[in-house]
Amino acid sequence: MRQVLLIEDEANIAEALRFILSRDGWEVSVVADGALALAEVARLRPDLVILDSMLPGMSGLEILTALRADPLHQALPILMLTAKGQLRDREAAERAGVSAFMSKPFDNSEIRALVRELLGA
Amino acid sequence: MPFNVLVLTCLAYVAFLFVVAFVVERRASRGEMRFLRSPVVYTLSLSIYCTAWTFYGAVGSAARTGLEFLTIYLGPTLVFVGWWWVLRKLVRIGRRQRVTSIADLISSRYGKSNLLGVLVTVIAVVAATPYIALQLQSVTLSFSVFAQTTPETWVMPDRDATAIWVAAGLALFTILFGTRNLDAKEQHHGIVMAIAVEAVVKLVALLAVGIFVVWGLGGGPVAMIERIEAYTDPNWAIQPGRWAGLIFLSAAAVITLPRMFQVLVVESVDEAHLSRASWAFPAYLFAMSLFILPIAVIGLDRMPSGTNPDMMVLTLPLQEGQGALALLAFLGGFSSATSMVIVETIALATMVSNHILMPAWLWLRPQAALSGNLRGAILLARRLSIIMVLALGLEYFRLSGGSAALAAIGQIAFAGMAQVLPAMLGGIFWRGGTKLGATLGLSIGFATWGFTLFLPSFGAGAAISAEVLQNGLFGLHWLRPQALFGSDGMDPLIHSIFWSLALNIAGYAAGSLLSFPDPVERIQGAAFVNAFDDELQAERLGWTHGQAEPEALMNMAQRIIGDEAAISFFEAEARAQGKAGFLPDLTPSFLAGLERNLAGSVGAATAHAMISQLFGRATVTVEDLMAVATEAAQIMEYSARLEEKQGELSRTARQLREVNEKLTQLSVQKDAFLSQISHELRTPMTSIRAFSEILAEGDLPKARVAEYGQIIHTEARRLTRLLDDLLDLSVLENGAVQLNLTLSHLGQMIDRALAVSSQTRPERTFDIRRDYPSEEIYLRTDADRLVQVFINLISNARKYCASDAPVLRISVRQKGGRVVVDFIDNGAGIAKDAQGLIFEKFARLSDDGRAGGAGLGLAICREIMANLGGTVTYLPGQRGAAFRVTLPLRMDKLVMEKQDAEKLR
Repeated sequence: MRQVLLIEDEANIAEALRFILSRDGWEVSVVADGALALAEVARLRPDLVILDSMLPGMSGLEILTALRADPLHQALPILMLTAKGQLRDREAAERAGVSAFMSKPFDNSEIRALVRELLGA
Repeated sequence: MPFNVLVLTCLAYVAFLFVVAFVVERRASRGEMRFLRSPVVYTLSLSIYCTAWTFYGAVGSAARTGLEFLTIYLGPTLVFVGWWWVLRKLVRIGRRQRVTSIADLISSRYGKSNLLGVLVTVIAVVAATPYIALQLQSVTLSFSVFAQTTPETWVMPDRDATAIWVAAGLALFTILFGTRNLDAKEQHHGIVMAIAVEAVVKLVALLAVGIFVVWGLGGGPVAMIERIEAYTDPNWAIQPGRWAGLIFLSAAAVITLPRMFQVLVVESVDEAHLSRASWAFPAYLFAMSLFILPIAVIGLDRMPSGTNPDMMVLTLPLQEGQGALALLAFLGGFSSATSMVIVETIALATMVSNHILMPAWLWLRPQAALSGNLRGAILLARRLSIIMVLALGLEYFRLSGGSAALAAIGQIAFAGMAQVLPAMLGGIFWRGGTKLGATLGLSIGFATWGFTLFLPSFGAGAAISAEVLQNGLFGLHWLRPQALFGSDGMDPLIHSIFWSLALNIAGYAAGSLLSFPDPVERIQGAAFVNAFDDELQAERLGWTHGQAEPEALMNMAQRIIGDEAAISFFEAEARAQGKAGFLPDLTPSFLAGLERNLAGSVGAATAHAMISQLFGRATVTVEDLMAVATEAAQIMEYSARLEEKQGELSRTARQLREVNEKLTQLSVQKDAFLSQISHELRTPMTSIRAFSEILAEGDLPKARVAEYGQIIHTEARRLTRLLDDLLDLSVLENGAVQLNLTLSHLGQMIDRALAVSSQTRPERTFDIRRDYPSEEIYLRTDADRLVQVFINLISNARKYCASDAPVLRISVRQKGGRVVVDFIDNGAGIAKDAQGLIFEKFARLSDDGRAGGAGLGLAICREIMANLGGTVTYLPGQRGAAFRVTLPLRMDKLVMEKQDAEKLR
């Protein structure tokens, strides 16, 4: 079963994503604190990371940069979510090597399709 | 020898001198100075050292005391050969400082002290007056010698009348050529040339008489030497003390006598001439002294006893029937006398008019100095001084009766002027010399000289009573004029020189050591003592000795007025001179033009100083320096103004930068705010949308439907609250809030706030500590708004206080017309660096999304308190989180003012 790590501090959003993605057959883990995210990635070795941009402890962009700096995670699909919806954030994320980018709020079917695509299913 | 031939020859000779002086003046005024720039002319002009005293008196002196006359030539010879570097320094300083006389030198060195100028002038006039009288006497005597031997009926006018005619003629000549124009440097080219001609005449005359004596009367050199050796006279024994004293005296005289200083320093056109003079002048003196002894010996031998030996140069040829030779000798003596009187008179007149007449006149009529027409006044003063000096000499001659031997008068004058020596040499070699020292030394020396030599020279009972001469001043034995402090048995001249100079030097040294020089003195002291230092610098800078190359001037001009302007100016000047290229000849008109040109950039004084330095005119005076300093001050003031303006500009620029920064910051804040709002709105909407889509699918278990429905509800409320807060904040920030003022009980308001905020994390039990009596206060304020602030603060405590046994202390104080309410919990408090941020919008500290607020609470509190005329602040240093609310007891007035302001709008 493919593993999805969801890094999201908003409990309700995390619950919604967990629900729809597990229903699609993905194994979903949630971490709410940015500071713990890198350790979780190392521990779980997920097949996909869904990353919120505004996190306590460590921002989404920082986590993304740190992951891409590690040769182990250079090919890891990372989907970034943001509620700020500014072009600038999107460009910064793309420069940092994000695999896909999506604004909140999202369409459930859209994110499910994107996750499927990123997991190569 | 007919007397009228003598008079005619004499007049013709004078006319010839007039023509020489006139032609030279004419050419000099047209800038044709080449032949004047000759070391020969300079050396010959120095020969005014040899006056009638030397011409006639040396033979007299030799006849009386043998070789002693030589001392008068040895002193100057030693100075010129051995101490020429002292002369060079004097000449350098004289040219640099535009010194006009020895009085000016001393006054200038010691801080431009006119007192010193007056003192030196008085010494010079007192010492020189007998000397001038002496010259008049010698001319008169020589006339009378001729008159006696004239067989014709021509009767020699009386002695006084002759002297008056001679003095009048000399006054006329001196005024004509000495005051023709006013040169700042007091140079008189016509007179210098005339005295150079006279120098040749007197040398030729003396040599001619000498040759006639040796070969015509003495039978050749060998026989002559035998005759001299055969001659014995007890008076001819050498007195070593007198020799040393006289050599020293004449050495001092050659630099201190006013006329010597005039030709040596003031009239010097080129310092380099000194090197020629350093051997040529001693050679001249040697030639002058060569035949003195033969003439004296032959004269004593052949002339009837009782003949005045002072006139032997004249009487010997006359007696031998050599009329033409006698005429030549007469012209030689006449030349010696007139050249000395003319130059001495000019030198003294310069001093008298510059240091006495002009200051007095300007003191009496200060407004005249401003009128600008000083030229006439100065010329008049100069002419009056000339007449005065000559009149003094004439008067002395008439009073003294012409009795004293020529040489003695000369020695008295030498000793008088030697008093200037300590102040002069000290001034150019010792920076420590001060005005007080110079004044003291000069005064004491002058007084001692007067008392011990000058006054007694009139004879016992004339100026000093025989009683004083015998028993001392005030009957004090040690104050006898010719035996001071019990020094009996000394030669009167040596006695006077010794005591006057010893006391002079002691006074100078003591006064200098005990006083401190003022600034001008220090500047001048440095300029005099270090006269050669700037030359070293000039050489380092590549400037040639005294003469500037056009390239150097060009270089300087380029630096000052810029390349293009300098080149075009030089090119134009060269073209005007008919030269190709851009290096014109350094004509006076070109230099004047260049100076004017530079003056436009650096100021006149600086330009003058620069050109002078480069061109070796070396005439930078203290006034120049002061003027330069003034210009520099103006430039500095100007640049200070510029700086001020620049300061203003940079202040404006800084303000603009600050405003710009603020705007940028505001823009960033606005972006951040929008970004925040977007985040805060989108976050609940994300949940709502996601769960509503899930619910819409309709195949969920009931429990899930309820759960997800509840989430949608919570998030919708969160969204609403956020919008409320934003709206609230917007209203509060714009000041458009409507306050509902009532009289409310503070305790009850706190009760209400506690009740509402207990819904925040209701699971926590909080220990609320209150002091109810202190809450018994009625406030006139908007109760709902104040309660809103309280709720916020209490809720925050409930949310964030991490203590296991949370305590919230609410304390109330009244302070003046204000109420202070503190909310202090026992949590960890707020980090110091965050304390300044918490009242900003969305300044939620880190991970409190779960706490449910949008981070607007404290921002709203701050706005509310501002509207209520109070404040809410964080209280640092209270262990837990601590907030202080301060507000007025009554806020009617404020509200009324606000409403009035709104009505006006």
